[in-house]
Amino acid sequence: MVERLASTDRRCFLKGLGVGVLVSAFPAFSAQAESTLSLPLPGGPDGRELTNAFPGKGQMILQRTRPPLLETPFEVFDEGVFTPNDRFYVRWHWASIPTVVDADAFRLKVHGHVERALSLSLTKIAALPRFEIAAVNQCSGNSRGLFEPRVPGAQWANGSMGNARWTGVRLKDLLDKAGVKAGAVQVRFNGLDEPVVDDAPDFKKSLDLDHARNGEVMIAYAMNGAQLPLLNGFPLRLVVPGWYSTYWVKMLSDIEVLDKPDEQFWMKTAYRIPDVPGANIKPGETGFKTVPINRMVPRSFLTNLRDGGSVQAGSPVTLRGIAFGGNCGVKSVEFSGDGGTSWFPTELGTDEGMYSFRRFTGSLPALVAGSHAVMVRCTNMNGLVQPSEPVWNTNGFMQNGIETVRFQVA
Amino acid sequence: MIRVHTVTLFAALVLSPVAVLAASDPEPMRFSSQEIELPSSDRTFPDGPGAEAINNNCLACHSAGMVLTQPKLTKTQWTETVNKMVKVYKAPVSQEDVGAIVEYLTHLKPQP
Repeated sequence: MVERLASTDRRCFLKGLGVGVLVSAFPAFSAQAESTLSLPLPGGPDGRELTNAFPGKGQMILQRTRPPLLETPFEVFDEGVFTPNDRFYVRWHWASIPTVVDADAFRLKVHGHVERALSLSLTKIAALPRFEIAAVNQCSGNSRGLFEPRVPGAQWANGSMGNARWTGVRLKDLLDKAGVKAGAVQVRFNGLDEPVVDDAPDFKKSLDLDHARNGEVMIAYAMNGAQLPLLNGFPLRLVVPGWYSTYWVKMLSDIEVLDKPDEQFWMKTAYRIPDVPGANIKPGETGFKTVPINRMVPRSFLTNLRDGGSVQAGSPVTLRGIAFGGNCGVKSVEFSGDGGTSWFPTELGTDEGMYSFRRFTGSLPALVAGSHAVMVRCTNMNGLVQPSEPVWNTNGFMQNGIETVRFQVA
Repeated sequence: MIRVHTVTLFAALVLSPVAVLAASDPEPMRFSSQEIELPSSDRTFPDGPGAEAINNNCLACHSAGMVLTQPKLTKTQWTETVNKMVKVYKAPVSQEDVGAIVEYLTHLKPQP
């Protein structure tokens, strides 16, 4: 059992020991773990360090140092529907990540099956018509650590997701500038990160041409009003609203228009899901087709009540949380205090756009002392509702089962 | 419904070295070059049969943390993972070491 120290307690603690200076002097964190927490991962290992050692990042849950995997502590999602840049989760595939990016020298290339290959400076890109959208960025494997039976991979709890207001230019405008030739079918995206081993597959992702030109897919140079933290993809990141983050290529430097479908590893082999509703199969099940992961599905989370927490008897219990529809808006969020037999509506907060997190609030009547549980479920604008049973597949992708929070009333 | 703001942007009232977009500023985004130093990890795999093989072969591409936080996995699952590292991600690991690494991981005790 590990305890989390409140940040002020920790500061006093470090100061008292006179090691505060040491913590900031050495970027390596291993000798000075600041505090730890337990993630609710069935069967463990569930202990994780909380780290402040990553540039541009506040306190994050350390899943891996190199290449960085940093999870957003869940309490951040109670603070508002936009996730602060310094708390936004981080996920990289390869460890060769440029740690120096010169804003003047940087160029974005657009090439391949186009009339005019382009090489654009950031200044040139920023002079194009500006586009802005609020959108959730969620790792394909968000919540993988909660799968039962467990599956290998990054053992995330629910914090490999975030919501931001993305500012930049439409991909369509750039493609039009380059002039897509007849016969083009897909557009492939590559960033500045590289594999450590030479002949390993560089991380690249592709979208169908019609999707790439839909006027929503964009290249962001700002998130929440500021340039991107390097660890979130400075200076440019692809934003694919409604789709999983694997497509949101960071440090985007190369856009290639293809005249045949992308057959490389990261499309053909990796990030595939069972081609069945909700990507949900039974452990051991075989014989299904697979397709590249694509649109997100609805989810909702209580943010003011923690599993295993306690509330006071005799007063109504406030419920507050966030929801998102996946590839469309939130139609409703309901809650149940009786194990899913009866459901009651919550009130939805400000609509920041169909791809954004949306706040919901509700209230349970005063409860008697003892154990209680509350469930929340989101239905999206397409009528898709979260499944009552957790999703399972071998890659730990696309979890969106209804969440239950158990708590004590005393 | 898509929110399109052609001119105005949300004010970010923070004093920070990074460039911000101001609400009243119709000027294009300005960028500040970034230079960071990423933390390193000196964590190694705990002693045991095969520890040398895993420490020598695996830490060049990734730190130990994520491996040590995996749930209990079967030998088949670890074999698949190690083979993926070698065959797909081109980790230069000898066949002899592959066996030792799989054995080490299969017998790994879950870390706290």
